[in-house]
This record gives sequence, C-alpha cells and structure tokens, in this order.
Amino acid sequence: MSRLSVELPGLTLKNPIMPASGCFGFGKEYSRFYDLSELGAIMIKATTKEPRFGNATPRVAETASGMLNAIGLQNPGLAHVMENELKWLEQFDVPLIANVAGSTVEDYIEVSEVISTAPNVKALELNISCPNVKHGGIAFGTDPAVARELTKRVKQVSSVPVYVKLSPNVSSIVEMAKACEEGGADGLTMINTLVGMRLDHKTGKPVIANRTGGLSGPAIKPVALRMVYEVSQVTSLPIIAMGGIQDEYDVIDFISAGASAAAVGTANFVDPLVCPSIIEKLDQLLQSWGIDHIHDLKGRSWNNAGEAAYHRA
Amino acid sequence: MIQQENMTIISHRSIAKDIYELILQGSLTKQMTSPGQFVHIRVTSGSDPLLRRPISICSIDQENGQFTMLYRVSGSGTRVLSEQAAGATVNVLGPLGNGFPVEYLTSGQKALLIGGGIGVPPLYELSKRLTERGIEVTHVLGFQQKDAVFYQDRFEELGKTHIATADGSHGTKGFVTDVIEKLSIEADAYFTCGPSPMLKAVEQSMPEVDGFISMEQRMGCGVGACLACVCQVQGDETGLAYKKVCTDGPVFQSGEVVV
Ligand SMILES: Cc1cc2nc3c(=O)[nH]c(=O)nc-3n(C[C@H](O)[C@H](O)[C@H](O)COP(=O)(O)OP(=O)(O)OC[C@H]3O[C@@H](n4cnc5c(N)ncnc54)[C@H](O)[C@@H]3O)c2cc1C
Ligand SMILES: Cc1cc2nc3c(=O)[nH]c(=O)nc-3n(C[C@H](O)[C@H](O)[C@H](O)COP(=O)(O)O)c2cc1C
Ligand code: FES
Repeated sequence: MSRLSVELPGLTLKNPIMPASGCFGFGKEYSRFYDLSELGAIMIKATTKEPRFGNATPRVAETASGMLNAIGLQNPGLAHVMENELKWLEQFDVPLIANVAGSTVEDYIEVSEVISTAPNVKALELNISCPNVKHGGIAFGTDPAVARELTKRVKQVSSVPVYVKLSPNVSSIVEMAKACEEGGADGLTMINTLVGMRLDHKTGKPVIANRTGGLSGPAIKPVALRMVYEVSQVTSLPIIAMGGIQDEYDVIDFISAGASAAAVGTANFVDPLVCPSIIEKLDQLLQSWGIDHIHDLKGRSWNNAGEAAYHRA
Repeated sequence: MIQQENMTIISHRSIAKDIYELILQGSLTKQMTSPGQFVHIRVTSGSDPLLRRPISICSIDQENGQFTMLYRVSGSGTRVLSEQAAGATVNVLGPLGNGFPVEYLTSGQKALLIGGGIGVPPLYELSKRLTERGIEVTHVLGFQQKDAVFYQDRFEELGKTHIATADGSHGTKGFVTDVIEKLSIEADAYFTCGPSPMLKAVEQSMPEVDGFISMEQRMGCGVGACLACVCQVQGDETGLAYKKVCTDGPVFQSGEVVV
C-alpha cells in the first residue's frame, strides 16, 4: 500500500482517503460496515462549545446528481465529544481531523484549544464555511481579513496543525486561501457546500425548512476541481480536496488538480462502503498504470501559461 | 449487523393506481426479523437520482429468502424503480431501524392497526405476527380514493378490516380517525403508520391507549450518521433532545417524540 501513503502536516496517512465532516458522524455508524482503521483519516462532525440541536426538518432535499442539506451544525458539544466520541474512536488506528465551528472567535479558540489535546486528534479543520456562522454580520469564510485573524488566533492555542476549510461561496477563493496562509494555516480543505435552493413545484415554497441549504455531491465536482486547481497553484499549503467524489477516478482528478489527499462526503450515504472501496480500487488503478506513488500525479493539470496568466490577474 | 446486497427481483407488478408490489430475493432476508423495519433502496448505479429511498418491509418469507415491499410512484426515484423487470437486481441496504414490538401484547388481547396510504404496507407483516400470537387484530386503513386501495383482501384474511377513503368512493368517507370514533373500536394497544397529520390525529384521539407510531422523515444516510431525519422529544425543555427516525425509530411509543 506504500504507493498510497501520504505525509501531511500532523498527519501520517496510510492512504489519502477520508470521510468528510458531517457525512460520517463520529464514525460509530460506519464501524458497523467496516474496520475504521482502513481509512487514511476521519474528519469528524463539526464540534461547537455547547451542544446544538440544529435546524428544523426537512433538512435535506435531493437535486440533480446532488443534495441540499441544512443540518445546522447539530452536535453534542465539546465536553461530550471529548469524553465520549473521541475516546470511543481511540480503539482504531486512524488519525482524526477535528472539524471546529463556532459563532464567535472566542468559541473557535476555546474549542480548538481543548479538542487539539485529544490524543487521536492530529489536526484541526476550521469550519469557517458554514452559512449559519456569523460574525458582525460577515461570515468568517467570506472576509479574508477575518479569516486571517481567526487562523492566527487559533494557531496560537492549538497543539496540532490547523487546516482551514474554505467556502466556495466567495468571489475569489484564491484570496481566501492566501489570507489563511498568511494567518499561519498548515493546510487547506476544500470545498464546503454551495448555497442552493429547491422549491416544491405545487406550493412554490422551499423544500428545506431553513429555506436554503448546502449543495453537495457529484453536481459540485467541476466547481471543486476548478477551485483546487486555482488555489494549489498560488499557495504552498497542502490541500485535502472534497466535492462530489464517488470513485477512484474522481480522486485521481483532484490529485491531478493539485490536491494532496481527498475526502468523501455525500457518497457515503449512497454506498456505506465507498471509502474502503475507493482505497482498494485506487491502489489497483495506480498499479495497473505503473505509477509508483499517487503524488507522482499531483498537479498534472497545471499549465504554466495558465499559472502566469493567473498571477497577472 | 447492517449489510447491503444486490437482490434479485422475483416479481414486480402494479396492484393499484401508482402502487407497485416488488418481491426481492437474497440472503439479506435472513436479517429481517421485526415488522416495521425498512430498507434503503438504491434505484440506479448512476448518480441521478442520487440518494437511496427508504421503503418499509411489507412481508417476509423466510422459507424462500424473499421479502415484499409496496411502494407508490411519486417522484424520480420510485419511477426509475418501477421500470425494473423481474430478473434484474436492486441494491438494498438494510434492514434498518427498530420495528413494532410484537411481544407487547399477549394472546387474547386486542390490537388496532391504523394505516394511511403508503403507511399501510408495514402493518401487513405486523398483522401476520400478531395474529400468529393469538392476538385479535382490527385494521383501519385509509386511502385517497377507490383505485388507490390495495391488499384489502389480505388484511381481511387476518382480521376485521375497515376502509376509509377521503372522497368516499370506497368504504367509509373520511379519515381513519372518523372510523375509529364511529365504531368505538376498543384495543389494548394501537400500531400506526402513515402521513404525519394522520399520526398526530391518531395519537390525540386515543390518549388513554398505549400506541406505537411509525414516523416518516426525509433521510440522507439512513444509518444514523447525517442527522437529516431527527425529531424532537416530547416534554423536552432543553430543546436539545432528539431522536433519529432512521435508527432510534422509525417506530416510537406514543408520547415519546413530537409527531
Ligand atoms: C421509514 C420510511 C418507510 C417508508 N415506507 C414506504 C413504503 O413502504 N412505501 C412507499 O411507497 N413509501 C414509503 N416511504 C416513503 C418513501 O420513502 C418516499 O415516498 C420516496 O422516498 C419518494 O421517492 P421518489 O423518488 O418517489 O420521490 P422524489 O420526490 O423524487 O424524492 C426526492 C427525495 O425526497 C425523499 N422523499 C420524498 N418523499 C418522501 C417521503 N414521503 N418520506 C421520506 N422521504 C421522502 C426521497 O427519499 C428523496 O430523497 C417510507 C418513508 C420512510 C421514511
Ligand atoms: C449532511 C451533510 C453534513 C455536513 N456537515 C458538515 C460539517 O459539520 N462541517 C463541515 O465542515 N462540512 C460539512 N459538510 C460538508 C462536507 O464535509 C463536504 O465539504 C461537502 O459535502 C462536499 O463534499 P461531497 O460532495 O463529497 O459531499 C456536510 C455535508 C453534508 C452533505
Ligand atoms: S438519515 Fe442520516 S441520520 Fe437518519
């Protein structure tokens, strides 16, 4: 399996495949399907300081090759996650990436400081891309200055490397990425969901109780791929990519676009065994192609002319 | 343990307006023990429609390793499913959730089974199990109109069966609760599945009877991981308590969750 092993800040990964945050809970449910130690890592459900109930139902709606969700960061709160979920996950030989969310800078700092001390949490993923998270009327994930400052503050208290999860709902993802890099981020994860809507044909009303929701699944892959392609060429930060990944070919695409590892979200709902299946098939595919290491394919899509043009823009 | 399997279609036919009966065969059937559990169906190996569809187990035939589901074609996923012919396979994840507690009643006691529309199917296996145990079963089944009625004869074989239709084209005109009230049916416990307004009306109309209610909710994963399908807990003052329909339910005791 060595052609799949990947080293990233804080993370020694057996393979570059991990479930994305919010699509895998804290692992318990999927441990009934396979041994979680097979995974490269696990991105756990967003954790906030206090427990949260989340939004009213319906919370999900299907769309063409995708789905909308407005779960609303439901989670049992920091203390419970530390004492129960993370402890339970210790039985597996798998590094955890803790997805941290909050309403204020202080919330993020408090959760990050504590959760980064858990022995199996090897990195943090700052969720600054959830539409519900507001700060002075501006979402953390859409204002580069706010994102830079938050990253800096969290870096000061975290015992493990800090990755920032970027929102695609911005006019320039490159600017956001650079701001996080300036703030001292160790890596980036991208992309979170795209804000969307679905209406009931008969009533004309939104299907999701929250009215809008985050679009995920195969429908968003082209957008995610483009963003990884752009960001990977202008920052030196490693990227864990996500957005519509369903099979080994999708993973190859994101690595070719410049990512270092890949996360699988919505596809877990379609096939609970999708992660171990991708890991196995990815290894076979690379072998059949005669590729010694997955990172030999990294950034294949880059084109220097395109890059130069980008810097001028 | 939960598993998924490509199960073979043994028979697939239309049994009422937009209602299909699908019989599947495979080793997964062995895991199906409790009436009221459901399966999560993948209707295509492609990505549109993307999500699985939750469908109740209607009848289990352990001898032949087969189970039956009844579903209504209402959107893109069930339409694709309805086009599958015998011999093809369907990807099934399950059985999922907790079903109706058959052992709640003992021989000689009376059960009232109340179903509405596509909430009727799981009551069929339940009724078989209850009658096997010597429990006297009465069915009250509600449908939109005459051509949407299904399995009336099968339910009649098991116990007294009253039909209500919204437009009065078959059986009593009105809702299932109208029938229950009119006939003043007595029961030691009721078991119900159907649309939320019906469940709410049933729970309110029989506050003194123990009841078991099968809830419906939009689902993502179906296995308890995504928190799409939550419902609130009755009497919870913190506002934080919740139950997942897919894993804590779909069957809840009356008074447990907010219907
Ligand atoms: C536990 C449980 C058991 C069920 N058992 C049965 C059954 O035995 N027979 C039957 O015909 N139907 C049953 N349903 C309802 C069934 O899941 C929906 O009718 C079906 O998913 C609609 O899919 P579609 O492709 O026709 O509609 P679409 O409109 O294309 O569906 C779009 C999305 O909304 C979801 N959705 C739409 N309607 C419902 C609904 N009423 N409940 C939950 N999700 C919905 C779909 O799953 C899908 O994700 C059950 C639902 C639940 C939760
Ligand atoms: C139901 C659901 C819940 C999610 N919850 C979170 C979350 O708590 N934190 C987060 O950072 N991202 C969350 N996401 C976003 C995913 O982690 C991922 O970024 C996105 O879905 C794109 O990947 P996909 O197309 O493979 O699903 C959630 C997505 C879904 C579908
Ligand atoms: S459907 Fe995902 S938790 Fe119930």
